[in-house]
Amino acid sequence: MSDRVIRVENLGKKYIIGHQHQSGSLRDAISTSASSLKRKLLTPFGKQKKITNPVSEEFWALKEVSFDVKQGEVVGIIGRNGAGKSTLLKILSRITEPTKGRICIRGRVASLLEVGTGFHPELTGRENIYLNGAILGMSKREIKGKFDEIVDFSGIEKFVDTPVKRYSSGMYVRLAFAVAAHLEPEILIVDEVLAVGDYEFQKKCLGKMGDVAQEGRTVLLVSHNMPSVVNLCQRGLLLKAGSVVIDSQAAEVVKHYIATVQSVGGEVVWNDLNEAPGNGIVRLQAVRILQEGIEGPTADVDIAKAVLIEITYYNFKEGALLYSGLWLKDRLGTPVLASSNHKFISLTEDNWYGHPHPIGLYKSVCCIPANFLNDDRYSVTAIVGKGANDTQILEDYVVSFTVHDSGEMRKENPNGYLGTVRPKLAWDTEYIEPVVKIEQTE
Amino acid sequence: MSHSSQPELVIEAGRTESYYWQDLWRYRELLYFLAWRDVIARYKQTYIGMAWALIRPFLTMVVFTVVFGKLAKLPSDGIPYPILVFAALLPWQFFANALGACSNSVVSNASLISKVYFPRLIVPISAVIVSFVDFMISGIVLLGLMAWYNYIPGWSMLTLPLFVMIAAAAAIGGGMWFSALNVAYRDFTSIVPFIIQLGLYISPVGFSSSVVPERWRLIYAFNPMVGVIDGFRWAILGGETQLYLPGFALSLGLVVLLLVSGIWYFRKTERTFADVI
Repeated sequence: MSDRVIRVENLGKKYIIGHQHQSGSLRDAISTSASSLKRKLLTPFGKQKKITNPVSEEFWALKEVSFDVKQGEVVGIIGRNGAGKSTLLKILSRITEPTKGRICIRGRVASLLEVGTGFHPELTGRENIYLNGAILGMSKREIKGKFDEIVDFSGIEKFVDTPVKRYSSGMYVRLAFAVAAHLEPEILIVDEVLAVGDYEFQKKCLGKMGDVAQEGRTVLLVSHNMPSVVNLCQRGLLLKAGSVVIDSQAAEVVKHYIATVQSVGGEVVWNDLNEAPGNGIVRLQAVRILQEGIEGPTADVDIAKAVLIEITYYNFKEGALLYSGLWLKDRLGTPVLASSNHKFISLTEDNWYGHPHPIGLYKSVCCIPANFLNDDRYSVTAIVGKGANDTQILEDYVVSFTVHDSGEMRKENPNGYLGTVRPKLAWDTEYIEPVVKIEQTE
Repeated sequence: MSHSSQPELVIEAGRTESYYWQDLWRYRELLYFLAWRDVIARYKQTYIGMAWALIRPFLTMVVFTVVFGKLAKLPSDGIPYPILVFAALLPWQFFANALGACSNSVVSNASLISKVYFPRLIVPISAVIVSFVDFMISGIVLLGLMAWYNYIPGWSMLTLPLFVMIAAAAAIGGGMWFSALNVAYRDFTSIVPFIIQLGLYISPVGFSSSVVPERWRLIYAFNPMVGVIDGFRWAILGGETQLYLPGFALSLGLVVLLLVSGIWYFRKTERTFADVI
């Protein structure tokens, strides 16, 4: 027998998206059924013409997805927002059913689509451990047996009998992850939980995930955190617009994903407003990489000159207080820097930061100084937010560019310089005093 | 945890049936924990806690006794009016609380439903269990009243669990319909309390159903709670009230229909709960 534990065949999931109404109201249901009744009454014998509802539209979140997973494999699922990753996990964990195709699963499945699901603020830490454990599919006996371990892992011993509404958000998340981490399913399905807690705790979580994988369990992980995908997974699946584009080694898939961001020539423009990342408040229009001396956007820049990153976005809300920002990540997705036009972060004073924005199109430009980035490929995450800390758009890997060094440093060090950045720093060496001769031991 | 013993699970459009009841059994602990959560959480940070489950029905009983017994002077067939009222208030409040909680249960557990798999039937059932706990507590008031009026129940008291089950079935049946409909149409958040409010007046809670003229009795039994409440009174008050059998049979039939159709509709729609909620 093969050691295949998951087989996905031709999976498809269709959603009907309504354009005007967020959720159907009773009136809509009554009026649509009333009008169809009327049609039937008026043309009792005539051919029923199917009238499609003009306000709703079909949308295939997944299309013909097929893959197999073997026992003990750790598979990372990556792709941009809306590529169908979460839908895939939701179907695998039986939260929603597919429209087409089938999945065969052998073994107990536990899914962690969000830590702390079902925590009740009024209940104490102890009570929530039991409740959350039961929700995740553990038996009471199992939870009892692991109770001390869970409390230990979370580091909240002192507060175990305090209602969780009095916890700090960090404690809350730690407790939630601790419960989840002590599940012992044969197949674990995880979505983005690695982005929680402080750095120390994140390391602990990654360690735990690694252990789970070592014990021969099968893990499916959805993440935007490319380094953790590379570290944890052997295999990667890249989803794009609901289909599997590549199914290969994790590092290969990550490299491919970052390299083939949809930008061509250092520019991404969303011509169709409905496809652009964003919401009813703000929406991206374009992101471009520019450099002095090069006409138009470019994907290749010179290390010796400043790089300009231009984010163009619409504001649809009169008087919104907006900020814009970006992250730079290296070729494996490790963050290099984060910046924004916030008054404490921006080197220069931004004209619009802290001022109400009239409805319109805006362009924020960030200048990365010359001789700062290394001889490497970088990708941009575009961010637009509202107020002080309310992120509205966070779009990863929108555009990428390669920094080239054609100067002397390149010739001196053909293998390149170490590090993700290579700023030119000030150096100064002094001659302190002459030394006659020093006896060196050995 | 030997995995060779695990049967292969197949996920396909329209195919969850065969495992469903088995799963429901496997998740029985979750049912218990959800009910336990709601019971504990409800009375946390309250001063008198569980005593609320005694005070509310008691005060309602006092008001009904004064209004219907003393002011309107409705007949009570020789039974102390407070006991007559309370014997009906008990099942009615159980039904009303259970129906209300059941109808909201799926929507108020939206975060669970969109993040974790479990047989969704657990949610409305656990809501009924919570109301059942309240019902048991308010039962203490009835015992107190019976002691106060020196009222000794007969053998018919033993049939009480049967009527409790009918009330629960009616609440679950209606609750399944409303909770599933509520997912798609939030209108039911307003409709259900209204139904419950009206139901109190058209059910024989504040008065004995013998005040309804004989020829209307069968039609009156189209309200399924009429059968349940009459049954309660008959069980608690023994031979002193008569159970109108054709009406009771009709009520029972309607409850069964409600329950079966409720489960059918819930099962039919639950697969898309996560997409719609």
